[in-house]
Amino acid sequence: MLADALLLQLGYNAVLVTLGATVLGIAAGLGGTFLFLRGRALLSDAVSHATLPGIGLAFIVMALLGGDGRNLGGLLLGAGLSAALGLLCVSWLTTRTRLTEDAAIGTVLSVFFGIGVVLLTVIQSLGAGNPAGLEDVLLGATAGMLRSDALLLLIAAMLTLAMVLILRRPLTLAAFDPGFATATGRNVARLDLAMMALVLAVVVVGLKIVGLILVVALLIIPPVTARFWSERVDHVLALAGLAGGLSGYVGAALSAAIPGVPTGPIIVLVAFALFLVSLLAAPRRGVLSAAFRHRSHQRQVHLRQGLLALAQGQPIYERLTLRLLRRAGLAGADGVATEAGKAAAARALLDEARWQIVLRDPAHAAAARRYDGLTRPQDVLTPDQMAAIDAALPRPEGL
Amino acid sequence: MSLRLATAQDAPLTAPLDVRGLTVSYGEKPAVFSVDLSLGAGAMTAIVGPNGAGKSTLLKAALGVITPLAGTVSAFGLPVDAARDRIAYVPQRASVDWDFPVRVIDVVMMGLYGQLGLLGRIRGTHRARAQDALARVGMTDFAQRQIGQLSGGQQQRVFLARALAQGADLFLLDEPFAGVDAATETAIVGVLHALRDAGKTVAVVHHDLSTVEAYFDDVFLLNTQAIAAGPVATTFTDNNLAAAYGGRLAPRQAALPGALA
Repeated sequence: MLADALLLQLGYNAVLVTLGATVLGIAAGLGGTFLFLRGRALLSDAVSHATLPGIGLAFIVMALLGGDGRNLGGLLLGAGLSAALGLLCVSWLTTRTRLTEDAAIGTVLSVFFGIGVVLLTVIQSLGAGNPAGLEDVLLGATAGMLRSDALLLLIAAMLTLAMVLILRRPLTLAAFDPGFATATGRNVARLDLAMMALVLAVVVVGLKIVGLILVVALLIIPPVTARFWSERVDHVLALAGLAGGLSGYVGAALSAAIPGVPTGPIIVLVAFALFLVSLLAAPRRGVLSAAFRHRSHQRQVHLRQGLLALAQGQPIYERLTLRLLRRAGLAGADGVATEAGKAAAARALLDEARWQIVLRDPAHAAAARRYDGLTRPQDVLTPDQMAAIDAALPRPEGL
Repeated sequence: MSLRLATAQDAPLTAPLDVRGLTVSYGEKPAVFSVDLSLGAGAMTAIVGPNGAGKSTLLKAALGVITPLAGTVSAFGLPVDAARDRIAYVPQRASVDWDFPVRVIDVVMMGLYGQLGLLGRIRGTHRARAQDALARVGMTDFAQRQIGQLSGGQQQRVFLARALAQGADLFLLDEPFAGVDAATETAIVGVLHALRDAGKTVAVVHHDLSTVEAYFDDVFLLNTQAIAAGPVATTFTDNNLAAAYGGRLAPRQAALPGALA
């Protein structure tokens, strides 16, 4: 069953939903990356919650006009308009008052959502326009998706995708260095608007599939996941698109294969699984790798300090240092240096003596900046320079 | 303000940067008040003044990075917007997030975005220009590094390389020597002097009074209002400094021998 779902063999509707979710995931990952890089990820939360009053109003208008209140195009249009209004409120509050953006987001988000819930309640009592299932926009529902709905989502998601590809350079510039972007003639305010339009498009398109409460996850989690793996914007973008698309695809397929499982939450959980793996296992930025590097650096420091202490005949008090020295065969259980330990200690001391010469000589200023107590001078200097420094060493006894 | 506009018309209309009656306020307190500034073509100008004098604000407002309350700005006789491809701006290092996922070479490439347009493909000539800009600031070996791994001085050099890649005629730098090592300062001054000698105009928001005479041709003294402007030799006087710094004037260190200017 699951294999059938993943291979898109569960019927036309399921295929449409799966494709729609995949493209939505890609668009959300790409659009969300700029939001995340600009440090304004939470804005998406305000946008998504601000869609609700628009949905309610659109339903009422369509019902009053005698049409089907649940026409997806009409609902999405209403959602887009009220989300845009919400965005304008946030941006007005942030620029014209002393409120910070997070406070403005919190205010707008809750007020708009409150209005939306009131409207939905009113609609239920209205008894017109067939409101059953309207609350599905909260958590998404794909079961009753029409072919035309799915196609609409697919096209909108594709347009979002195209917009991201076209605007990726100026959006990157505005996210990294808005001052420079303005100075070189980019209209940062307009770029921010374009970014918001992207987010808005993703949110509105995502309403039907993942719902307005969870669509935020699709905008934020894939970029955050991608950031663990790369130090390049273009790669982060591509990976975020990949993570988002994969989440949409696998999540939609899973929910199609397992009856009664909601699509939106499953997509988000798949995205979270990718995030978790990245958080733990990513090289360099991952938690495990960072912890490992911290440990190995700590060991290096302790060994070095231990060797220098041995060389200078100072007692060693730290247990970790003693244990590391013992394990490396450099010191005995009593903390006294072995033969190998004595040799290593002498080498460490020699390195320090060499560094003292490097640090004092202005000709080695570039190399001197690399001194950190661990780096060996021969790793920084050429053999010729090393020879010159060794010639300048005071002749120590015993070497 | 219009009065000042009418009286200050002595500068040539084609000055690389010409600022008239510029006022910028944060809230209701002017940070820069009715400032006239005209940069000499092919000269290197220091913009000097005490902390909070509005030096960076002046630069940002002239470029439209922040919106002035009043005043006009032109570059090369054109409105700034029409001359942006000839202006390179080096913001303060601290103004960006250095954990941003870009490599050194990507940052330098940003200087070429204006010419690349939205979808223009990055060609070999673009890459060569970026590499050349990196070479001029001595950062060739760091091209593939993530910017977060750089020291402060190296970050500043990368910012300068991005400006060089633009191929501009006017260079505006905001505190390029703040918190950088001596080697970087020397390297940056060398690049700026080479630009000046090639006929480019350079203006630098500068902190260190002891190096003004060694580095710069002209000086612009600012303390919210313009105090004095002109060649360093005649303008950088104790009298003008006292007017700019008031009681806050740090004892002026002896000028370096053998001024480069």
